[in-house]
Amino acid sequence: MKHETPLLDQLESGPWPSFVSDLKQQAEKRAKNEEGIEFQIPQDVVEDILGVLELSFKDGETHWKHGGIVGVFGYGGGVIGRYCDQPEKFPGVAHFHTMRVAQPGGKFYTSEYLRKICKLWDLRGSGITNMHGSTGDIIFLGTTTPQLEEVFYELTHNMGQDLGGSGSNLRTPADCIGEARCEWSCYDTQALCYDLTQEYQDELHRPAFPYKFKFKFDGCPNCCVASIARADLSFVGTWRDDIKIDQEAVQAYIGGEIPPNGGSHSGRDWGPFSINKEVINLCPTKCMWMEDGKLMIDSKECTRCMHCINVMPRALRIGDDRGVSILAGAKAPILDGAQMGSLIVPFIKAEPPYTEIKETVIEPIWDWWMEEGKNRERLGELMKRQGLQRLLEVTGFTPDPRMVQEPRSNPYIFWKEDEVDGGWERDVDAFREKHQR
Amino acid sequence: MAFISSGYNPDKPMEDRITDIGPIKYDKFYPPVIANNKGKWLYHEILKPGVLVHVAESGDKVFTVRCGGARLMSTGLILEICDIADKHCDGYVRWTTRNNIEFMVDSEDKVEPLVQDLESRTFPAGSYKFPVGGTGAGVTNIVHTQGWVHCHTPATDASGPVKATMDALFDDFKDHRLPAQLRVSLACCLNMCGAVHCSDIAILGYHRKPPMLDHEYLDKMCEIPLAIAACPTAAIKPSKVESAKGDQLKSVAVKNSRCMFCGNCYTMCPAMPLADQEGDGIVLMAGGKVSNRISAPKFSKVVVAFIPNEPPLWQNTTKTIKKIVEAYAKDANKYERVGEWAERIGWERFFEKCELEFTHHLIDDFRDPAYYTWRQSTQFKF
Repeated sequence: MKHETPLLDQLESGPWPSFVSDLKQQAEKRAKNEEGIEFQIPQDVVEDILGVLELSFKDGETHWKHGGIVGVFGYGGGVIGRYCDQPEKFPGVAHFHTMRVAQPGGKFYTSEYLRKICKLWDLRGSGITNMHGSTGDIIFLGTTTPQLEEVFYELTHNMGQDLGGSGSNLRTPADCIGEARCEWSCYDTQALCYDLTQEYQDELHRPAFPYKFKFKFDGCPNCCVASIARADLSFVGTWRDDIKIDQEAVQAYIGGEIPPNGGSHSGRDWGPFSINKEVINLCPTKCMWMEDGKLMIDSKECTRCMHCINVMPRALRIGDDRGVSILAGAKAPILDGAQMGSLIVPFIKAEPPYTEIKETVIEPIWDWWMEEGKNRERLGELMKRQGLQRLLEVTGFTPDPRMVQEPRSNPYIFWKEDEVDGGWERDVDAFREKHQR
Repeated sequence: MAFISSGYNPDKPMEDRITDIGPIKYDKFYPPVIANNKGKWLYHEILKPGVLVHVAESGDKVFTVRCGGARLMSTGLILEICDIADKHCDGYVRWTTRNNIEFMVDSEDKVEPLVQDLESRTFPAGSYKFPVGGTGAGVTNIVHTQGWVHCHTPATDASGPVKATMDALFDDFKDHRLPAQLRVSLACCLNMCGAVHCSDIAILGYHRKPPMLDHEYLDKMCEIPLAIAACPTAAIKPSKVESAKGDQLKSVAVKNSRCMFCGNCYTMCPAMPLADQEGDGIVLMAGGKVSNRISAPKFSKVVVAFIPNEPPLWQNTTKTIKKIVEAYAKDANKYERVGEWAERIGWERFFEKCELEFTHHLIDDFRDPAYYTWRQSTQFKF
């Protein structure tokens, strides 16, 4: 190896997969180059990654410079410029740009596709990736500027594959596994995610927004892709009718024939299953009870938290009148603190071609945000600054108690003039005729 | 190395250009058992840690073997994943939201050979390549950010502390002994690429020294008004300083006592770096979740204000996390997430049971919402 890495070496022991071992194997593989690849960036790039990372472990500080504007022609995103601040010591990673490659829905792959991706990235990049980045893209970690267009050309021409988003644009939308392999999904997350991704390609590649914008698609209120915590628009599957009950299966759970929660508590003896203790008494709305040996649910009072369904997946199933709840404005703490998504649409159908979602939700909200949002202001911050009322005004949604946890506890209402009989223009002299100074 | 053209012509960038095609459509990658039963799944069960079965209306079953992995991954390792997928799964594989790899087979007899194969693969220094686990009431893989391997703003590394933490929690990756699932996440700075702020345990990199001012370069590298506007606490104002040569330089001044070290100024202005070996370190947060199950989604709360960066093993960070996990495992009720447990017993008990010190740093004093976190009641525990 080109650089000694005594600190990183300590991360090779222990049971969890060691990224250090993986990087070392890759460095050796490139050095040997048994396949005779004509590497388009330095052959020892991975050795220099290890070297610069070792230096950061020693210094307790990063060695990557701030930004750098690089990209592919006609796109304003998908590539993040990156330069090392010690280029003389680590020339292999002096220029080390990231490319974001849009991931397929549900992150399903064939080995045929993955092999093509690997071949391209071995030839034209570092051969190091993230599977996957936090937003969901396949991340190509490290190449030089001249290779950016070449990688893009090969992706689009030979693989039918586009880049993802970065910067002040629509970020690559992401979904949960949904109907593909989950019995709880209330809509086809992959279909909606793909449709909106294709519909809004221009917004994804050409930054025209005040800041980043994220769509995420969760099939049910379990929220496995965390849309409610991190998407500007969060689509969470839900239903409006009854939870379907299989009373025989309920009895099988009570009799201990089926393990509760799909067997997820098998590592400890929690004692025999108790439907009262584990399901009925934990129901947040207390809308369940046993009657003549049957489980009863008052569906009208159910808030669809998923607990009973999670505990007894073979006895309880989601309803049939399905759609999504839409929440808006989630974001991480920077700058004014973290925000959770706020409910703006309690229920909307999610069926192709999704016209209502596009035309009554997404587009009016974007118009408002692009008009009123300040530079680097997320949707959630604009909502806080101008109020949920303003979002209802621009979308035309009817205010609904479902949108709040509780009504306001101050009466400081910003009445509008047209809401007050007679308007605000008054004659002070007429007032004084009745009331002396 | 000779330059190999892809076919792209830099003189005519628009020639044959293909753009705006998006990702490859998801259904091109579905294994047949998934394509045939999509939307018609009846129920699922976890047969043992890391192994799930989903049963469809048709009677078809898909068996999934989930294994952990580092999200920082070489093509060499991806090609090995391809070999495994070809050998056992007709060439299909997927990744989960939390960086796990899932291999799917369509009959039960294919499960054990797959599990054996995955568990037998190790790196030369001994760590597993594909440990099977990450399901049910246990710990699954950590979602995280780039850290020192590729980012310009981190206050800690990502891959390093993640490896160290998963080593410490490895037994719970392969077991179902906890009261509920426990999600650990890491963000290497406050930008938090990922949902770290709603995790059962969040590891957050944080700076503690205000930005340095590279006066000679500040006006050349940055738009000063943008740097000023970037500060959420209005700690930055314009200033003039005299250079060593006696020139008047346009720059900024920072009121250090107002700085909360978010680094947003550095994002806008590279001449205001914050990173510092002694200043930077780890904040631990606990009790967040994203699920709507039983109680509403919650933010994680700061429970340890600062632990120094200790590369390569971050031993005090992992020790503290382990302490929280053990206290939770011992004391929480079945189905209770860390945050629900803390709320039931009270945060005063949480600190006692986790043996964590409560310091003034943990009392919120940032903006209006801080008030709502103080106790406005005489109901508390001694």
